[in-house]
Amino acid sequence: MSAPVKATLSADQHERRLSRLVQLGFVASLALLWYLATNVWGMSPLLLPKPQNAFEELLDILRSGEFWPDLLLTLGELAGAFAISMTLGLAIGFMVSLSPVFVRIFEPLLAGVYAVPIILFLPLYVLFFGLGASSKIALGATISFFPIVLNTIAGFISVDKLYVTAAKSMGASPTVLLRHVLIPGALPIILSGLRMGFTVALLSIIGSETIASLSGLGHRIVNLAESLEIARMFAYIVFVIAIAATLNSMVSRLEASRSLDK
Amino acid sequence: MSASPALTNKQDVCVHIQNVSHSFGVEGQPKHVRALLDTTMDIHRGELLALIGPSGCGKSTLLNVIGGILNPTTGTASVNGKSVDGPMPHDIAYVFQENALFPWNTIIENIRLGMLFQGVPKADHEGRAREALQAVGLSEFADHYPAQLSGGMRQRAALARALSLDTPVVLMDEPFGALDEQTRMVLGEDLSALLSRTGKTIIFVTHSLGEAVFLADRIAVFTARPGRIKEVIPVEEPHPRKASFMTSDKFNGLRNRLFDLLHDEIRKTVSLTSGSSGGF
Ligand SMILES: Nc1ncnc2c1ncn2[C@@H]1O[C@H](COP(=O)(O)OP(=O)(O)OP(=O)(O)O)[C@@H](O)[C@H]1O
Ligand SMILES: [Mg+2]
Repeated sequence: MSAPVKATLSADQHERRLSRLVQLGFVASLALLWYLATNVWGMSPLLLPKPQNAFEELLDILRSGEFWPDLLLTLGELAGAFAISMTLGLAIGFMVSLSPVFVRIFEPLLAGVYAVPIILFLPLYVLFFGLGASSKIALGATISFFPIVLNTIAGFISVDKLYVTAAKSMGASPTVLLRHVLIPGALPIILSGLRMGFTVALLSIIGSETIASLSGLGHRIVNLAESLEIARMFAYIVFVIAIAATLNSMVSRLEASRSLDK
Repeated sequence: MSASPALTNKQDVCVHIQNVSHSFGVEGQPKHVRALLDTTMDIHRGELLALIGPSGCGKSTLLNVIGGILNPTTGTASVNGKSVDGPMPHDIAYVFQENALFPWNTIIENIRLGMLFQGVPKADHEGRAREALQAVGLSEFADHYPAQLSGGMRQRAALARALSLDTPVVLMDEPFGALDEQTRMVLGEDLSALLSRTGKTIIFVTHSLGEAVFLADRIAVFTARPGRIKEVIPVEEPHPRKASFMTSDKFNGLRNRLFDLLHDEIRKTVSLTSGSSGGF
């Protein structure tokens, strides 16, 4: 009994180590390419700074701590947007899933709006909410609402009717049914909707900060570009990528741990 | 119409089915299916009734009607004197034909959940769950997920969940369908012993002639769709039944009789495909 379990575990670990290796190799070769392009092939530092210069700038940014206000603002906007879209997405998604008629009416409607590049309405958001954090929160909430609500609907309607029937035949009340059958059954799909929502919220917030904003990480990057501080701009880009990757892996890990008990 | 013997002692009737017919879909539409036709039957308290018949003849449909999951087109069912119009979790436990264990819970969690749904006090959950697992020989697999068990083990786990609910009536739709003939018979022996102790009323669907004869007090043989009860065969052998019953002349006589009854009906449902007709 224990031997085959061990075997599959180690095979699993082996595979994980291998994929980590490939991922690291990918990042390393990108860095190498960057180094070669700037130091050997003579690419203009106005287009692409040398990685060592960008690295120095990055150290300076981290040492000085000047990134804190922008980082906190962007993360705050992200938290606000995600809190709104999660609450509305889960609640509305659940209510729509209650009736096949609602699903038939609203699911295509929501999926249709999801396909619209909502970022185009950024000027409207700025008009309504100003250049500050509110417009970023509103836009991020709008954009991330759709994957969350759509996956919530898909999650709840994917729960096999047999489980519902079985639970009812054993006397499950509606709330007990929700807690012990519908939610656990829908959870994997809902979680992946939340992860997608989180990602697009982050993208749209940083994106809109680069277009119309007075502060935030996205705004900082554009500012540096305009003042031609290219090395520092790249340092910030690397910084943002690191933050985004960290957040994403945190969310993915959360998702994996919650849907592990299959 | 009714093939069931009329019962004289009304108090002894536990499940009463009166002229139950059921059709799926809209009359006249191509998908309209008459699944069950005018079935009347009384099942005594403590009795074990086997339903046997061709595939698609309406056996699951009848169990669903009794279990309060399906409203019949016409006719009524009543259990313990109460007319059925929805699930009756305190009277009936239902083991479904398809596996209905929740895949996101372990086996023991599945069993505890059933008791939670039914309203059993929390303090009793653990003990009763362990007991039920023991009864089906799955104690070691309490913490496994359904996907980690074999098909037959999952069926036994589903049976354990139903038994833990401790209802007077148990409906079982091919509970041992995924088990091999030998395990099925051994489990059948245990079930027979268990039943004679607890006095439960059991209605179960099976495709195994041997299982029907070995377990049942009476066997209701269905016609091809739309299903009606063609004949009810009494077995008249006290529980608990010993394995030796299986090799007796009586057993084989009944089994052959069932075979003859079913053979004609199954001929009506399946067309001859290259040599795969037998099946039992
Ligand atoms: N939900 C449904 N919608 C439409 N038709 C159905 C439905 N359930 C069953 N039927 C039809 O009713 C008939 C009887 O189905 P049922 O499940 O009761 O058969 P069964 O006797 O249990 O067969 P099996 O032995 O194969 O399980 C089938 O022919 C099927 O086509
Ligand atoms: Mg069936």
